[in-house]
Order: sequence, then C-alpha cells, then structure tokens
Amino acid sequence: MSAYRVEIRVMPRAGLLDPQGQAVEHALHSLGFGELRGAHVGKHLVVELEAPTRDAAAARAREMCERLLANPVTEDFLVAVEAAG
Amino acid sequence: MTRVAVVVFPGSNCDADTLAAARAAGCDAYSVWHRERDLRHADVAILPGGFSYGDYLRAGAIARFSPAMQAVAEHARAGGAVLGICNGFQILCEAGLLPGALTRNAGLRFLSRPVRVRVERIDTPFTALYAPGEVLELPVAHGDGRYTADDRTLAEIEAEGRVVWRYLDDNPNGSLRAIAAICNPGRNVVGIMPHPERRNATVLGGDEGARVFLSMEAHHATQRLDGVRAAGGGQRGV
Repeated sequence: MSAYRVEIRVMPRAGLLDPQGQAVEHALHSLGFGELRGAHVGKHLVVELEAPTRDAAAARAREMCERLLANPVTEDFLVAVEAAG
Repeated sequence: MTRVAVVVFPGSNCDADTLAAARAAGCDAYSVWHRERDLRHADVAILPGGFSYGDYLRAGAIARFSPAMQAVAEHARAGGAVLGICNGFQILCEAGLLPGALTRNAGLRFLSRPVRVRVERIDTPFTALYAPGEVLELPVAHGDGRYTADDRTLAEIEAEGRVVWRYLDDNPNGSLRAIAAICNPGRNVVGIMPHPERRNATVLGGDEGARVFLSMEAHHATQRLDGVRAAGGGQRGV
C-alpha cells in the first residue's frame, strides 16, 4: 500500500444555472475585465488515502465522489491523483 | 392519535415549532435524536427545517448517513408517511427518497419572507384537507431552495401528478416549473420548501399551514378505522 493525495474538482454541471459563476462574472466585468467570456464556481477537495496503486486510488476517489462528494443531479467531478510526499 | 417522530439533527432549528404544530393538530409528537435507530412505532416521520451538520458539503448531504435516516428510509419503503420541510426536503433528495436536488437560489440571496403557493394535489397524507387549487401564503426561509432535476425526471413528476405545491405569481428561488413541493411515486413521501409549522395559528400571522398537520392526523385516523374493519372489528361489535 502507498499513500496518495487526490485533488478533486467538483463543478456545477455545464448547462445548469450557475448563479455564483454569473455573479463572479458580472463583478469581474465591472472591474474592467472586458475580455471575460465566462466564470464558474465549484469546489476543490483534497483527500489523502492508502491504496495499492495509483489507479486504485483514483477508483476509490471516484467512488467517494459518486456516493458523497458530488451530487449526481447537479455536479460533475474530476480527480487527479499524486503520490503523497 | 397519530404518532409523529420529528428527527432532530445537529443544526436542526425548526424541530420545536414542528413538534408544537403536530401537537396542536392532536398528534402524539416526540423527537428522535439523529443517532437513534428506532422511530418508536411512528405513523409519520418528519424531517424539520434547519441547517443539519452546518450544511457542510451540500445542504442535507451529511444528514442522510444518520442512523435515524436509515430508519426513516425503511419506514418510507414500507409505505409510511414521511414529510421533509425545507432542510428536510433537501435531506430527502440527498437520500434518494425524492428525485432531483435543491440548489442555490437563483438570486443568490437567502430568502426569508412569505410566498404564495397553489395546492396542486390533495392525494397525499399531508394535503388531504386542502382544496385543489387553493392558494396559501406561507413563509420560506432558505438559501438553497431552487428545485432542479433533469428533463426526464421533470416530465415524469408532472405526468404522474407529483408536484404537490407550486409557487404562484413570483417564483422566489428560480425553481424549475415553480416547484415548491413534490412527492414520491407512492405519494407517502413529501418534500416542501415553505414552512407550514410557522403558520398554524392566526397569532402567527395565519393558519394556512395547520392543515398539513391536521391532514396527517385525519389520514391516520382513517387508516386505523380501516384496519379495525379489515380485522373483522365489526363482528366483534367494535
């Protein structure tokens, strides 16, 4: 078993209303960032776990997302695994 | 008397009002702490409003793992009546007892004000004493009340007549189809965003919420009468 650190990104599903992203977008526009073409707000989670391989760590992290960390109705997630130093 | 278990989570804050409203309707209402596994022969389980587990991660996401919620899920699967109010509605969605999700209000603000809702369905244990199409004024108090579901789920809910209450005039939180309350296919599990327990007496500004609790008391009184008949109670002269 090795120690892994998994960074998890949970974002509102594309196409669903993201009022927080819209509010941030308007605020950035009003600060003069005229080049802005969109803004989205999600969550960043970090979990540390033990697993036999990197793939196994990713699989367990995805299972965590499906069962708790992301809402399957409204959110998508991405996991990125790195060896814990 | 209908036995009503009000489940209390860390962070629930409408449990006392809910107990009082159920008792005012004649129910035998008591609280069940979230760590308890036993609803003590409840006819009805209510998940009250509040901020269970501080709304950590997502509103309702953590509460569904409580031992009491396992008991509520079993009660629901056995056809028992379950009502989720506000945070309770969020918990029912997270637990998969109702479809869809309640997301951040479209206007981003926490809303605490009266809204008008139309009663769409009276064939649930919590709305039987209303008239179809009746308009109620009830308070909402939530930051995450925008009902969301995919198109297929929405079509299914509409086709099966499972929208129980709908916002009228203005849709305060941007809910899809102006949904304020829905039920499951068995119609025994109902989730509502407005707070009927805060409007159950004229001294509170109105009593339009009282019939939610009176309905469940009447519903179970009828069921018990049916039970007595089915058991041959008439022959025994009951």
